[in-house]
Order: sequence, then C-alpha cells, then structure tokens
Amino acid sequence: MIRARGLARSFTTRRRTVEAVKGVDIDVSEGELVGFLGPNGAGKTTTLRMLTTLLRPTAGEATVGGCDLRKDPLGVRRRIGYVAQGGGTAAECKVTEEIELQGRLYGLTKAAALSRGAELTEQLDLSGLDQRLTKTLSGGQRRRLDIALSLIHDPKLLFFDEPTTGLDPQSRANLWDHIRRLRSEHGVTLFLTTHYLDEADSLCDRILVIDNGEIVAEGTPDSLKSRVSGDGVTVGVPEGSVVVAAEIAGQLPGAHEVTTVDTAVTFRVPRGDTAMPELLRALDSAGIAMTSVQVQRPTLDDVFLTLTGRSLRDAEEGAKPKEAVHA
Amino acid sequence: MRETWLIFRRDMTLSLRNPAWIMIGIMQPVLYLVLFGPLMEKVVNNTPGFPPGSSWTILTPALIIQLALFSSSFAGFSILMEYRSGLLERLRVTPASRIGLLMGKVLNNAVQAVVQAILIIVLAYLVFGLDAPIGGILLSLVIVALTAITLASASYAVALTIKSEQAFPALLNAVLMPVLLLSGILLPITSILAPNWLYTISRINPFTHVVDSERATFRGDFTFGGLYLGVLVVLVMAILAVWWGARTFQRENA
Repeated sequence: MIRARGLARSFTTRRRTVEAVKGVDIDVSEGELVGFLGPNGAGKTTTLRMLTTLLRPTAGEATVGGCDLRKDPLGVRRRIGYVAQGGGTAAECKVTEEIELQGRLYGLTKAAALSRGAELTEQLDLSGLDQRLTKTLSGGQRRRLDIALSLIHDPKLLFFDEPTTGLDPQSRANLWDHIRRLRSEHGVTLFLTTHYLDEADSLCDRILVIDNGEIVAEGTPDSLKSRVSGDGVTVGVPEGSVVVAAEIAGQLPGAHEVTTVDTAVTFRVPRGDTAMPELLRALDSAGIAMTSVQVQRPTLDDVFLTLTGRSLRDAEEGAKPKEAVHA
Repeated sequence: MRETWLIFRRDMTLSLRNPAWIMIGIMQPVLYLVLFGPLMEKVVNNTPGFPPGSSWTILTPALIIQLALFSSSFAGFSILMEYRSGLLERLRVTPASRIGLLMGKVLNNAVQAVVQAILIIVLAYLVFGLDAPIGGILLSLVIVALTAITLASASYAVALTIKSEQAFPALLNAVLMPVLLLSGILLPITSILAPNWLYTISRINPFTHVVDSERATFRGDFTFGGLYLGVLVVLVMAILAVWWGARTFQRENA
C-alpha cells in the first residue's frame, strides 16, 4: 500500500537549511497497522504530510495506494483517509454538516454522504449527535468524528497523525478499540504516528522508529524489544544458595549481566519466558527451591535508549520547536 | 465549481449562525455617515473642487468601498484559524480543486461586502435622502464585489505566507492606512483641492480609480474617464489577486 524510497524534505529558513526528513524508506503492505514512533520534532508529521500529498518532498519517490505521489497526487487523495494532529472540524459546524461536506467533497451525493455518515457515526458511537455543534463534543467524540470523516469515501488506506494526543486515558483506550476494529472489520491498512510507547506497543503490528529525520529501527514491538539485551529476570532463592543459583543462571544460553544480592539473582536472557522452565529444572535438580520469580520484558523506551543513546523523554525535551516541522 | 458552491454554502451557513458580524462590520461606516456626513454638506456646497453631486453621493460610495476594503482584508484571519485548527489540511487532502476551495471562500466574502453595502445605501437613502439612479447603484455593487474579491484573495495569500497572527494585523494596518488616505475616501483628492504631488501619488494608487468609479455610478456618470477606467482597474486587480491566492493555496502540494 505504501512504498517510499529516499523520501526527504528540507526547509530553508533565514539562509539556514533544516533537514526535517533525511531520506526514509517505508514499506507498508495491505492490512498492516504500522506505527511511526519518535519524539516530537523527529520528522513524523513531515513524513506523513508528504505521504498524504500535503507537502512536496524535496527528494525521493513514493507510491501510495498504488498511485505515484508526484505524478498522480489526485489519485492518492482519492484513495486515502487522513486525520491530522488535533483533527480538523470547525467549532461552529454541526456534526451532520461536517459529514455532508466531507462526503460531497469526495464526490458523493448529499443522500449518499448522509447515509454513509449515519453508518459511520453508529459504528464510532456517535449516534444522536448529528445536530450538535462540534465545539460541544468531548475530546474523544471529536476525535472519533475526525475518524468518521476520514472514512466517508471508504478508503483502504488511513493515515492518523497522533490520534490520541490530548485525550484522557479512558478515551484513549476506547479509541484504540475503535482503531483495532477498523482493521478487523473493514480490512483497512493503517499508518499512524505516535510518541507514546504504550500506544505503539499495544496497537501496532510493526513499528518504524524515527529520530532526527532518519529511521533508526524497524520491526514488531517484540522484535524491537528483543534487540535490547533481552528480558530482565530476578529469581529469589533461600539464603546461602545465591552463589550456586547465580552459576546455574549464568549457564543458560545467552544469559549475561548476572548479579546477586542477599537472596536474589538478577540476570538478562534473550527470552525470559522460555528460559524460565529450564532454570526451574536446573535449580530443582541442584536442590534449590525458588522463592519468587520476576520476568520483565524490556519497554520500547529501553529500545529507544539502546538505539539512540537517550531516552524518549530526553529526546522530547531537546526537540526542535514544532514550528520548524510545520512550516 | 462544485467545490466552490460547497465551500461557499458552508461559509455562508457559518456566517449566518453568528449574524452579529453584519452589525459590527457596518458600525464604522454608519458612524462616519451619521457623525461625519452632515459636516460635509456645507463644505461641499461652499468649496470649489469637489466632484459633481451632493455630499451624500460623494461620501456614501466611498464609505462602501472603505468597508469592502477593510472587512475583506481581514478575511485572512479566518484562514489562519482554519490553518491552525487543521481544517485547511482536511480540505486539502480531499480531491477537491484548490482554486475551487479558494473561490468558495472569496465569493462568500464578496457577498458579505455586497450585503453590507446595501445596508449602508438603504440607510443613506432613508435617513439622508441620498439620490442615485438604480442602474448606477447596481453597477456600484458589482464594483464592491470585485473589490472584496481582490482584497480577500490577497488577504488569504498574505496570511498563508506569513502564517502569523501577530504580524498579519500589523502588516494590514501598515498597508491599509496609506491606501485609505490616498484613495480620497473621506475627502476626494482632486486636482483643485490637493497639491500637485499629493494628487500625483493618489493617481498611482489603483484604489483611487475604484473609488472614483464608485462615485461615478452614484451620480449616473457612465463615461470612460468617470466610470470604466476604475472598473478596468478593479477587474485586473481581482484577476491578479485570485491568481496569487490560488498559487498560495496550491503551493507545497505534491
């Protein structure tokens, strides 16, 4: 659905050139839910705006939804749905007016736009809000309206820019459910940006990590996490058997960073869950009764730290002002 | 065309939802009419050098152009709001033609200016006994519409280029003030009233000719020098401004 090669964008401001995106390759196949993860100012929005024909790339090429981005932007626009960061509804407009306008801009008749709109508002739990002004909707409702609008022409490819930014935790979880359902019920392909690790983790099949305008890693959330030196395991053992237990743990395939305290051994292995039974058996046959066990999967924050040498939060604080990306 | 109609209708619906704009918008010209107009009566009668016609046929058409000039210039504010709220992106990601989207907005501004002009004319007619031919009035509304189209398109282009809510009004004031003074809206700049240098500068200002034409329609003067020069000027300006606005709307797209 998306294939981009060397897509780049630089901005020139006051005789200074800022390379917002430095040549990214992106492949997304049909039915995938791909997340574009990175700190603010990393180039996520710029990339998304290029893929959605809102911004002309300074270099590179891309096919989106089967249409060439440069030669057939109109074809791309017809085939995609887009929800911008912070949406795009007019405060003084009624929900039904927004739906009708959106449908008719895509060439639907008024009747078709309204019946499609009714279908979508029902699916997105927006029934009964037709006559409300959009400014009276809650944040979650407004975001779901944005999504309904992006679906009005039944696109097979959707772009969401930070869909849950600014929502309360409950609305976020609710929106995640809706996004998952979009894929399972409509078979759409989804490309979304986020700077929330938990969002990328729980929602996406595959994640592209972008930092300073370059893609620094790519893979499933789990495969990315396994790039970090593995899961952290802490085993509690009776006093006096720590040394033996540490020795046994160190013999597990791939085990490293073995440390001990009074009654516990801590180490890292590539897969904590599969190493556990083996460790249990080994400790058992050495006559050591395990008192507790804890396996900690690495978080995406660990991944980001490993890839870039700084945590996502630090990267955010050092980020360039948003305006440079939006210009 | 389809997009133009859709956007026009939407903007119109939104304007009508808050009809206060129409009252606030015409407050200033109404004040000029009521508090400044009566002063003009004796001045015009006793001073040589004014264009022909009564003080009301001199002042009313000029105030209408001033209104179109000002209210349409501020149209750029609404596009900045739509830009910030993401609405503009939402429209631009649809297959709708960009010039169609722009024209829908611009035509809405033009209709607003015409409606406001009609209100001013009706007031001048009812309260101050303005006497002008109906054909001339209709033609004057066409000039108002073209002026509004020019200013609104240019305003959208400037607002989307500088993208700053702070710089935009400052720039508007810097440009509008001299344009206003040099088009002789309150006191006509004629060769008799004004020193030579001022008269020359005012002739270079295209809006002077627009104001002159507007006055010509009110006194029923349909000659080339009186009417058509200004019509030609405003027509050319409208075409250039729409082209500029459309280019700005299109820029940055893939």
